[in-house]
Amino acid sequence: MSAKKIDKIATTVLYTISAIIVLILASLLLFILVQGVPHISWHFLTSPAKSFEVGGGIGIQLFNSAYLLIITMIISVPISLGAGIYLSEYAKKNWITDVIRTSIEILSSLPSVVVGLFGFLIFVIQAGMGFSILSGALALTFFNLPLLTRNVEESLKAVHFTQREAGLSLGLSRWETVTKVVVPEALPGILTGIILGAGRIFGEAAALIYTAGQSAPALDFSNWNPFSISSPLNIFRQAETLAVHIWKVNSEGNMPDGAQVSAGASAVLIIAVLLFNFFARFIGARIHKKITSA
Amino acid sequence: MEDIRSQLLKKSKKAKLEHFGKALSLLCISFIVLVVLAIFYFVASKGVTPFFKNGVKLSSFLFGSEWNPSAVGTDGKPIVGALPMIAGSFIVTFLSAIVATPFAIGAAVFMTEISPKLGKRVLQPVIELLVGIPSVVYGFIGLSVIVPAVRSVFGGTGFGILAGTFVLFVMILPTVTSMTVDALKSVPRYYREASLALGATRWQTIYKVVLRAAVPGILTAVVFGMARAFGEALAIQMVIGNAALIPENLTTPASTLTSILTMGIGNTVMGTLENNILWSLALILLLMSLFFNIVIRLIGKKGAMK
Repeated sequence: MSAKKIDKIATTVLYTISAIIVLILASLLLFILVQGVPHISWHFLTSPAKSFEVGGGIGIQLFNSAYLLIITMIISVPISLGAGIYLSEYAKKNWITDVIRTSIEILSSLPSVVVGLFGFLIFVIQAGMGFSILSGALALTFFNLPLLTRNVEESLKAVHFTQREAGLSLGLSRWETVTKVVVPEALPGILTGIILGAGRIFGEAAALIYTAGQSAPALDFSNWNPFSISSPLNIFRQAETLAVHIWKVNSEGNMPDGAQVSAGASAVLIIAVLLFNFFARFIGARIHKKITSA
Repeated sequence: MEDIRSQLLKKSKKAKLEHFGKALSLLCISFIVLVVLAIFYFVASKGVTPFFKNGVKLSSFLFGSEWNPSAVGTDGKPIVGALPMIAGSFIVTFLSAIVATPFAIGAAVFMTEISPKLGKRVLQPVIELLVGIPSVVYGFIGLSVIVPAVRSVFGGTGFGILAGTFVLFVMILPTVTSMTVDALKSVPRYYREASLALGATRWQTIYKVVLRAAVPGILTAVVFGMARAFGEALAIQMVIGNAALIPENLTTPASTLTSILTMGIGNTVMGTLENNILWSLALILLLMSLFFNIVIRLIGKKGAMK
């Protein structure tokens, strides 16, 4: 066979492979949306789940997911910001930095179920917090930190060194240069990373089933006292999230309309994650346009 | 005089702020390192208790093929052979990597060499979206599409290694692909130009030059995908059937380390052997993730030396 013919065949094969991958995604999305979207209604999004009965919703789970996400971000964003600043501005090239980078790499590649079990052991059992939003948020923080840190570091490193020199030559200390010049300049990149991380957290379940718990006690949405047990704001209550709910519905099977509920919940989850993705792109570009003259 | 002297000798406000800032950022980074150390310490110390406290032999744990932690065997020791799960984990990991690698390389070559325009407009977003889909959703799709499909084609329950492989294949595909793209992109342009100038066709250039030059990067991508597949818990747990038996074929229920772990931790009491032995499974997961990390490092070092 001539080399030209082989070249043609190979090109066709590569086109086919790419088409198959696009097809896989298309059918995945189509399946989820076709199965799930008809099931989504205002009632489904707001009413509590029911077991052994048809017609339950995902209201509490949806709220829990969002609330857990916010709490996790409140804990993990400052830490990763500090860590990222250290790595990009202060870290010297020595073995300590090597150890730090290696640990971040290891943490990011740990299976989420191991991180979840660690959270279970430390927070739920030893610290006595029980299954709670706080335990879940702390476990998710561990899961989220390496990615956020790396993102902050990369965004800061992308800022041109002349900006730092300008800050220093004005008599600012290094810390002031970082917080007042470099971080604002790197903000679009950092925000994009945070939103993408939010999408990942929103869909995470394995780290949560043994930290935030698998049940969603009834909430009283008129009670906004964060210390009351039925208040949605209480961070010491159990909170089953949307992703955990899908898992539980499918593995326990005590819901007669489990397939529909999980299809609807999956659709909501996918739509949320897609929104996070689009939002991340949009906001990054928008802010960059606004704060630079480009 | 005294005033000026003290002003000169005292730390300025700025210097204090600088020290404070540096200390703060150091605190944050040490927190992360501390967390990693704590995870290793706690999981390891829990994971080795069955061997020291309950008298389980390491060899019977790693190579025993019967898993029934609540019962005691004929030798008076608990029956905790973890081989079924270890084998299950390795088999699904390898199979999904074997299936995913050609697809990933094909797609990456397409994106970088054949049609960068289509690649950027169509494949790139597709791959980013695939990364974003939560693992429980993959599990749910596996449960409602792949398991029935396997059942109708091969008979049996449909749960098993085959269904697990399919789900993991789709899950690791985007990771492996995007890392392979990076590897191909880092091959210098003049390699391709030199090859084309010698009269090689595009495919010859890709196959004999670009792919060879990118081998370390592609290997890293595959190992990374395997690490993800090995640690994936819920999606695989939903489709594999969770029977702690040595897998005999691809369509009978099997189990992985992660699936037994997620099923078991909630049903056992802290401090008992049934619970401790699960932590030993978690320890294996931890060590394997460390192992994959080391392999990636070694590949990186070897690739960099050339």
